Amino acid sequence: MKISTYNFLTSMAIKGVKVGYPLKLTINKKNVVECEFNPVFIEKLLPKLDWSAVYGAAQVAECEDIPQAQPDNIADNEALLQKLHHLLFEIDVLEGQLECPETGRVFPITDGIPNMLLNEDEV
Amino acid sequence: MARRPEHSAPPEIVSLFLKKLNIFYSLFTLQFYNDDEAKKYSTNTRIIEIQVEMAERALELLALPDDDESRLILDIGCGSGLSGSVLEDSDHMWVGIDISKSMLDIAVEREVAGDVILGDMGEGMPFKPGTFDGAISISALQWLCNADKSYHNPHKRLLKFFSTLFSCLTRTARAVFQFYPENSDQIEMVTAQAMKAGFYGGLVVDYPNSAKAKKYYLVLMTGGAAELPQGLGSPEEERRINYIKKRDACREARGKAPKKSRDWILAKKERRRRQGLETRPDTKYTARKRSGRF
Repeated sequence: MKISTYNFLTSMAIKGVKVGYPLKLTINKKNVVECEFNPVFIEKLLPKLDWSAVYGAAQVAECEDIPQAQPDNIADNEALLQKLHHLLFEIDVLEGQLECPETGRVFPITDGIPNMLLNEDEV
Repeated sequence: MARRPEHSAPPEIVSLFLKKLNIFYSLFTLQFYNDDEAKKYSTNTRIIEIQVEMAERALELLALPDDDESRLILDIGCGSGLSGSVLEDSDHMWVGIDISKSMLDIAVEREVAGDVILGDMGEGMPFKPGTFDGAISISALQWLCNADKSYHNPHKRLLKFFSTLFSCLTRTARAVFQFYPENSDQIEMVTAQAMKAGFYGGLVVDYPNSAKAKKYYLVLMTGGAAELPQGLGSPEEERRINYIKKRDACREARGKAPKKSRDWILAKKERRRRQGLETRPDTKYTARKRSGRF
């Protein structure tokens, strides 16, 4: 699972959970896969991202140099776009877990696939 | 129509059988661009071909703006990522969700560009609001019409699915579902729940006059009602009988009122009066229909 996908995931589907965001990410094993840098796509993606979750993921993934507050003119900041690209699209979480901030329910990540399946009583 | 897999077992079980097919697919991809080689594999490659074709058509029905920009698409019931490959070919980013771990494992093995998530569509889409620019789903929606577990309620699961999908799409997005409805009740159930969740849209049927090539696409829109695209292979003009109106128009042109109309009766009574025959006077009740009580 890439960090970009992590940024979109919530645990809202659990019964009684209001926001379920951001999930608490734990990485046990990760992989770096290089892919093509597309600055236009990242710029378009920015309004959809939650910066606090991006920052939180950067800390967990040991990707320093991501500022805590979202800078204003990211479009002109090539270096930051490069770093964002690396964080969002090149880091692949293979093993780890996601934790719901409200209920503490743990969603395991195995072989790079997060398991978001719920039990009968959680639906 | 072939036997329906959703009648035999829940999706995560059926996909185990399909796994064999997909191992075959990895062989197939190696030879994809060699047409003659690909054709040698008869039945299985045929299924794959159809899947890819349907994904291409679904992408076309999504009607994304024609500006060559990458968009973020959700693939519901992505399986081994066959439909995702079609999205990749059009330079879109995609995220897939499927209930079968074994199918997703194949997607990961094949190193598809999109991310895949294990999840049940009936439990709702686990994404934050306004995330995706569009959603496609190939041969998955009919599974939701079944109750595979004792606590499953198809209506509730469909509503939960559609309402969470509605929230995770942007406000100009579309969602296109290719599916195999079993009967008209299923179509009605699915569309009713989709409308309840706030979607506009409806069913597009490709090749409606062919038993084999006929395909159903549910095209849903988030941002207000727009005209539905035309299905393939359907005649351009409406095949409705319109000669009755034509006949009336001809009559009028000849200066005669249509038979049994008020004008026709009035003209007839006038004629009888001229002939000196006994005729009832014209009133507001003349030529009026009787109520059902008589």
